[in-house]
Amino acid sequence: MTVVEERPAPPAAPPPRPVNRLWALLRNSWRQLTSMRTALVLLFLLAVAAVPGSIFPQRAVDSQRVTEYYAAHPKLAPFLERVGGFEVYGSPWFASIYLLLFTSLIGCVVPRLLDQVRALRQAVPDAPRRLERLPQHRSDIRYAGQAADLARMLRKRRFRSKVREHEDGSWTVSAEKGYLKETGNLLFHLALLAVLIGVGFGHWYGWHGNRILVQGADQGFCNALAQYDDSTLGPRVDPADLPNFCLQLDKFTASYQDTGQPKGFDATVGVSENGGPIKTRRFTVNDPLRLHHANVHLIGHGYAVTVRYTDRYGESQTKTVPFLPVDGMFTSEGVAQFPDVNIEPKTNKRDATLQMGFEGRYLPTVGTGAASTFPAENAPALFLTAYRGDLGLDVGTPGSVYALDQGQIATGDLKNVSGARPHELKIGESWTLDDGTKLEFVGTRPYATLAIRYDPTQFLILIGAVVGLVGLMLSLSGRRRRVWFRALPATSENSSGTLLVAGGLPRTDYPGFADEFAGLVKAAEEGIRDGGAVQSTDGRDRPGLPGRDGSLRR
Amino acid sequence: MAVTVLAYLAAMVLYAGEYAFGNKSRIGRAAVRPARQLVGAGAPIDLDIPASSDIPAETSVEPAPDRRAEWVGRAAVAANLIALLLHLGTLVTRGIAADRMPWGNMYEYILSAGFVGSAVWVGVLLRRPALRHVGLFVSLALVLLLGADGMIAYTPVGPLVPALQSYWFIIHVATIILSSGILLIGAVPATMFLIRDGYDKGKRRFPYSLGRNVPDATLLERLTFRLHAFAFPLFTFGALIAGPIWAEASWGRYWNWDPKEVWAFISWVVYAGYLHARATPSVKRTVATWIALLGFATMLMNLFGVNLFFSGLHSYANAGGM
Ligand code: HEM
Repeated sequence: MTVVEERPAPPAAPPPRPVNRLWALLRNSWRQLTSMRTALVLLFLLAVAAVPGSIFPQRAVDSQRVTEYYAAHPKLAPFLERVGGFEVYGSPWFASIYLLLFTSLIGCVVPRLLDQVRALRQAVPDAPRRLERLPQHRSDIRYAGQAADLARMLRKRRFRSKVREHEDGSWTVSAEKGYLKETGNLLFHLALLAVLIGVGFGHWYGWHGNRILVQGADQGFCNALAQYDDSTLGPRVDPADLPNFCLQLDKFTASYQDTGQPKGFDATVGVSENGGPIKTRRFTVNDPLRLHHANVHLIGHGYAVTVRYTDRYGESQTKTVPFLPVDGMFTSEGVAQFPDVNIEPKTNKRDATLQMGFEGRYLPTVGTGAASTFPAENAPALFLTAYRGDLGLDVGTPGSVYALDQGQIATGDLKNVSGARPHELKIGESWTLDDGTKLEFVGTRPYATLAIRYDPTQFLILIGAVVGLVGLMLSLSGRRRRVWFRALPATSENSSGTLLVAGGLPRTDYPGFADEFAGLVKAAEEGIRDGGAVQSTDGRDRPGLPGRDGSLRR
Repeated sequence: MAVTVLAYLAAMVLYAGEYAFGNKSRIGRAAVRPARQLVGAGAPIDLDIPASSDIPAETSVEPAPDRRAEWVGRAAVAANLIALLLHLGTLVTRGIAADRMPWGNMYEYILSAGFVGSAVWVGVLLRRPALRHVGLFVSLALVLLLGADGMIAYTPVGPLVPALQSYWFIIHVATIILSSGILLIGAVPATMFLIRDGYDKGKRRFPYSLGRNVPDATLLERLTFRLHAFAFPLFTFGALIAGPIWAEASWGRYWNWDPKEVWAFISWVVYAGYLHARATPSVKRTVATWIALLGFATMLMNLFGVNLFFSGLHSYANAGGM
């Protein structure tokens, strides 16, 4: 956009002296780095470097899909892993591009900031000697007023202006307008820097965790790392720093279209912050629960199944276990494990071969097939397979809490005791197994999947982004231009007024400048009270229609 | 929908007709010639007919091809207007059928973005009739865009999933539709500038041969810049401010690097590159314009490619889930 280079070219380097070689090299690299061309190249590299992140699954987005990718491409995956293909936006090469870009940005913006501050504090420079060389110029303008009137007229049009009297009796009025363009541009680039710094801090000082919260006062949890199903703390966050609050899900409702598409969700929770009283709050998708230093987002839901197992000694245990939905109709899979059952009351010894596990599916609405036909509980049924033996929970290897240990089944330590076909249970029904023990399907409860996060800088980032946007708009819409008027020393011939020469310099590409200049000249001429021969102005363009007459003036 | 595409097709054929009839058409040159010479512009190359000539232009030159071209051109504009109205009709009926803003899935999104582009074009056309020849390329682009939309992205009418029920969603999608419509249409003058510029430099091979009838290069270049400079802040707001605000409320994170976000980011960076290149005196305007076209390619990738090839949080057409 710049027609006239804003910054003068750097002066030619002095003849190299040996001591200065390193210095010169450094300085030249710095100059190279902060040039607009380099910025352009870096912008491109950034765009290209972002592409792989959309092609390969990203661990930060969905680690599950990375695992699937490993399974599908066993050869390629380790290689991708090594070059950061699954963590593109955290990889060293991505970071090096944006760090270079931002170094370049700093190197570019700081000198321009200083220039701009200087320009704003100094008066508009005096007119160049030969105004007729400027892109816009007029001579022989008859003018009756004083220099100060001219300056006032320009100021009214929001030009900054400066009157200078010269020793030979001539005077000049200099005016400039459009500083906001450069200011806006600087604001934009500085805001960009601020946003990046904010993102960095947010990464350092933020944390997040996911947690399934089953409905009911007995299922509540208090904020602590161990309570999360998975969690990530920023490098500068200590587990002890987590804010203190407790949550329980009082009620969860979901409504659906006839097609099974979800229509709305609504979670009612009881919250106690910092040991205070329990308050009831409601939240939903798109409308998170905002606590002090933590936001609770509803990102999913499902059903938890409650079953009661009665063992051979008549002891019964009840468990409520979340089942994970595997499709949009909430066909859900899960497992109920009872490691501490069938304990001989006399010896109080646990028999590892008599632990029980039940694995299977829950269908909120049974149809004819193996999958649910509607996400709400219209005809709920549980389909389970019973396993007896060593559940393998004592070994200490962390397994999934949603499936039985397949290794134990493979070795035969855990045996299917109910046959190939899963047993169907309706709510309230019980199932007697081969050894006389019993499993009862007590009921279900909804659960909500919560993402709990804290990002200390996100509000600041928002402010930075908005400021940047304002700067950007100023930068793109602003136009910087200078206008000068010069009055030659009065001569006897034109005692009725002064003859002015005017010149205009658009410092940015601005098609309407010719009109504006003509308008200014006209305004100066109309100051003539005794009606001299007013010359017609040139440039009859209508504003906003550049080059109608074909001469595309700049 | 199909009728709309047909109407654009008709406009395109008529524009093409004008283009063919009016070789050395007045329109191509009107843009670069002082207005008073327009009277004589019917003459093939002769510019020397004095403006004060009292012989009416039609009798001074053989009028036939140019007047026919003129009529065909007017018909093209009329067809274009009709197409625009039909396009609006398609959007409105779709919105009524779904009882919400017609922005719920990719099909509707492209339909809306195309409408914005088309409306901006008609606005430009009304303000600067000299650019009428660009219409051929605009309508071609719209036919391709909407045709691809109907064939690849069509989705039956359906309600919004809860994740999309947010006013930030409306703001986010509305600004992105508006800005991408303008950016998409901005590629048309960009292409024509490159063609015309090549033509002016003496290239006569195929695409450049079209440059003969195209408006003046400087005018096209400036229009390209204006459209991009207007749309860029809007896109910045829609994709990089409103989008993250909504994402924060909905998913908990303001930026998730899902494929749609990645490609919006890429487009944004490329368009910033265009603005930079254009602001740098040492970079040629043709190079800058190529960057704008690269930006256009990344936008297309986001409109079609991402939805077809990748799955992410944004795949709105899918049912279920939150
Ligand atoms: C994150 C990367 C950057 C982005 C997104 C960005 C974006 C922009 C935008 C949108 C403009 C407005 C163009 C216009 O006014 O026509 C601009 C102008 C400008 N940028 Fe950047 N920029 C970035 C980095 C840089 C860097 C690294 C430099 C320095 C080397 C730089 C120097 C400039 C200059 C000098 C202008 C003013 C051009 C004029 O006079 O109009 N920018 N930038």
